Amino acid sequence: MKTEKIKTDILIIGGGTAGCYAALTISEHSDAKVLICEKAHIKRSGCLAAGVNALNAYIVEGRTPQDYVDYARKDADEIVREDLLLTMSERLNSVTERLEQLGLVILKDENGKYVTRGNRNLKINGENIKPILAKAVKGLSNVTILNRVNIIDYSVSDNRINGAFGIGIENDTFYIIEANAVIIATGGAAGLYKPNNPGFSRHKMWYPPFNTGAGYAMGIRAGAEMTTFEMRFIALRCKDTIAPTGTLAQGVGAKQVNSLGEVYETKYGLTTSERVYGTVNENQEGRGPCYLRTEGITPEQDESLIKAYLNMAPSQTLKWIESGKNPSQQNVEIEGTEPYIVGGHTASGYWVDTKRATTIKGLYAAGDVAGGCPQKYVTGALAEGEIAALSVIDFIKGHTSAAIDDELAKEKISEAERFLSKDSASGFTTEQLEEAMQTVMDSYAGGIKTNYRFNEKQLDIADAKIQGLQKLSDGLHAEDFQELMYIYELRERLTVCRSVIAHLKARHETRWHSFAENLDYPEKDNEHFLKYVNSRYENGELKIIFRDLVKGGESYEHIN
Amino acid sequence: MSISIDKLKCIGCGKCSTVCPGSLIKLNDDRRAYIKYPKDCWGCTSCIKECPVYAIRFYLGADIGGMGSLVHTEKDGDILRWIIEKSNGEITEIDINQKESNKY
Repeated sequence: MKTEKIKTDILIIGGGTAGCYAALTISEHSDAKVLICEKAHIKRSGCLAAGVNALNAYIVEGRTPQDYVDYARKDADEIVREDLLLTMSERLNSVTERLEQLGLVILKDENGKYVTRGNRNLKINGENIKPILAKAVKGLSNVTILNRVNIIDYSVSDNRINGAFGIGIENDTFYIIEANAVIIATGGAAGLYKPNNPGFSRHKMWYPPFNTGAGYAMGIRAGAEMTTFEMRFIALRCKDTIAPTGTLAQGVGAKQVNSLGEVYETKYGLTTSERVYGTVNENQEGRGPCYLRTEGITPEQDESLIKAYLNMAPSQTLKWIESGKNPSQQNVEIEGTEPYIVGGHTASGYWVDTKRATTIKGLYAAGDVAGGCPQKYVTGALAEGEIAALSVIDFIKGHTSAAIDDELAKEKISEAERFLSKDSASGFTTEQLEEAMQTVMDSYAGGIKTNYRFNEKQLDIADAKIQGLQKLSDGLHAEDFQELMYIYELRERLTVCRSVIAHLKARHETRWHSFAENLDYPEKDNEHFLKYVNSRYENGELKIIFRDLVKGGESYEHIN
Repeated sequence: MSISIDKLKCIGCGKCSTVCPGSLIKLNDDRRAYIKYPKDCWGCTSCIKECPVYAIRFYLGADIGGMGSLVHTEKDGDILRWIIEKSNGEITEIDINQKESNKY
């Protein structure tokens, strides 16, 4: 196998929102050599490939960063890190201005002030947000970008990271990358559960199907402490196209109604999880399907919606045009998606301090993989990219990492070679095992099939079956490097599945309907569970750690 | 969710293949682009926006209610023009000025 060894000061894994902004920040403050490894191409990779049509995290005039913290804390019913939310919120507006300087179009009034949507949102044209970020990074002299290099594992020695291993899916190369510090900025995990439309349109999902939880899985394997994997994210979406609903709910004030035309959202509450739960419940009790009531909006609103969706989820506009009816003439049917793990929306991810340092020395996390800090969206990911970058610049001044152990590199190469050779192939395909994993999670770990509900017995079955699939995945075979990536992606997801199951099992309460609906414990238990559920992989087992909440005015630091 | 690529129009520049976030588009031996994994398409339309000869269309799968319309974009200065061809031949064009923000 062709191998290539690269040395860099800082490795950034994932060239998305957080990763690109981290590279930009480092470049502005330091001459350190930066390498970005991106599994796709940074021009259109990750969740913003199609664009985004609003900035959802901004401190509007008259509001403070603390207001944003309070909003996010309430939405997650207390299970957030206030120190992380505050340090993020304080940067939301400066990163927004920077994004505008880089070329993002943001709607302004006649006085040159941003036009806001509600208390936290700005209206933009974000179709080209990813090309804008990519362009900003591409011209930097100290930054190298390796597109289509998929990082498969860290190199960690004595709890200190010193690099990572990757595969180049277009040049059939195994990469050994030595780095003094690493920023993990990969996406969350899609494809753990059976999707809404498992057939031809299986990838017509909310989150990019190419985000397979690599960042989480590598951290779990390396023994990093992780947090809140039980706070799954389920998006309320337009049926079929799985397009976002925020533009309808917040943009034109469309209410959630059942098939009788009754507004039901007020009955269940307005947090993110309650909006999903209400929809599930109305369906279960025979009042489905549910809709966002767009009938009766103005022709001008029709036109704006049709354009807004083209800038983010063009399939929804296509749906309107194909049906020959505009949103003003027909309500938009809605449904919940399958559950995802995504730290930019809920609080799953690495357990970090306010510098975004993980519990592995030299490893920093930003964006969807950084835990404890939900409701980040685009600007929060930029803010965390900036914080992680500044922390890393500081860290590398006083530290030098050891070289990567040759034996470890050999082990990783021989694993890849084994998958590429036919000798040990079991006959199962990666696709078969992926479908098996999604079926297990759907049936036994609270998927769409059970209306997101589960009990402990089911979780035990899920865990046993996922472990069985992990064993079977040892015998997979790849014809080329792209198929090799698919094997690693499946194995990542199986690793994340086990953490999700263990976390769901550990929280003996139902704090968030649908996100973690434990039928053995259907009530909220503030006496015992105003706590974080954390975990660490030790000697082949996931050890659960309960930690006290970090509240307003407090700041958590790692004690090593 | 998937795309179709018109082999006769394709000039083999490879831009669609470069930009696809899922690495799903490949070039065949004649340097013509094709989608190797059609079921894995996310529908992001990145490839369509890259194609200099407008050879790529996207459509909704029948399993999510697709009725056979084909979509592509054409760039005209700051205007990104979305062109939707229905199976009955009806064409809808929607112009978006990329220098203008969404109103909602």
